[in-house]
Amino acid sequence: MKCEELLAMLNEYVDGTVDPAICEEFEKHMAGCNPCQVVVDNIRKTITLYKAGQPYELPVKLRERLHEVLREKWKEKHKAG
Amino acid sequence: MTTLIRPETSDLELVQRAKAGELDAFEALTSRHEGRVYSLAMRMLRQEQDAEDVTQQTFLSALEGLQSFRGEASFATWLLRIASHAALKVIRKRKGLDLVSLEEATEPSDHSETIPHPEFIADWRQSPEKLVQTREIQRLLDEALARLDEKHRLVFLLRDVEGLSVKETAETLGLSEANTKVRLLRARLQLREQLTKTLGDPATQLVRSHPHEQ
Repeated sequence: MKCEELLAMLNEYVDGTVDPAICEEFEKHMAGCNPCQVVVDNIRKTITLYKAGQPYELPVKLRERLHEVLREKWKEKHKAG
Repeated sequence: MTTLIRPETSDLELVQRAKAGELDAFEALTSRHEGRVYSLAMRMLRQEQDAEDVTQQTFLSALEGLQSFRGEASFATWLLRIASHAALKVIRKRKGLDLVSLEEATEPSDHSETIPHPEFIADWRQSPEKLVQTREIQRLLDEALARLDEKHRLVFLLRDVEGLSVKETAETLGLSEANTKVRLLRARLQLREQLTKTLGDPATQLVRSHPHEQ
């Protein structure tokens, strides 16, 4: 396996959906190729980092309004039904 | 008559109770997921007013369509897909592309494009667990995400940030699975490149040239 081939299979490897035979080749390549190893590690960390953060806090006013609108809608719907 | 709603009460139970007419159960579901829906809308649209509208619309649609939720996917996934559709409508309207699908709107030649080669390769100085606690990191993540093309950003958000499957992401965005995978790979590689430029330890930088690649 060459670096390009590894790059093309990166999604499947990182997501754990790669065919076992290819996975073996993938790991064999990585064992002898430090840059590929680091790239795979970087990508895993990138995904972990994005998953971990929830940067936008729900504005309190939006929350209040949202629940109010939903309660009204709910009553309307359940009265009609 | 109403049973208590506890933190450990499952979404599925709450959905059933809401379907049976219990408003409190629906409100509890809303409280559980409103932050996530709003975050997704903000990341997709990068504009507060639009994100607020999409959040409200999402839960109104959920209320209307609750009976059609069959539990094939989790309730969260169901909601995120409703939110994505609402956000995509806003994006299309912004572009004046009401009648064109996202796939048609962007070049369909993704398959033939070559995959960008990683350039800056280095170990990160800190673990993601440590990094996420630092103040500046969110800005860095947002900036890197903002620099991606929209077509790459949307796929990354749904698949990697929100945890939808490739199939669900493809269906939500109206893309083929193959196209979704290509876009995901480009997004991951681009974000890796950008983050590593800032978070990588230059002392460990590697050059990609090694014996078995002629």
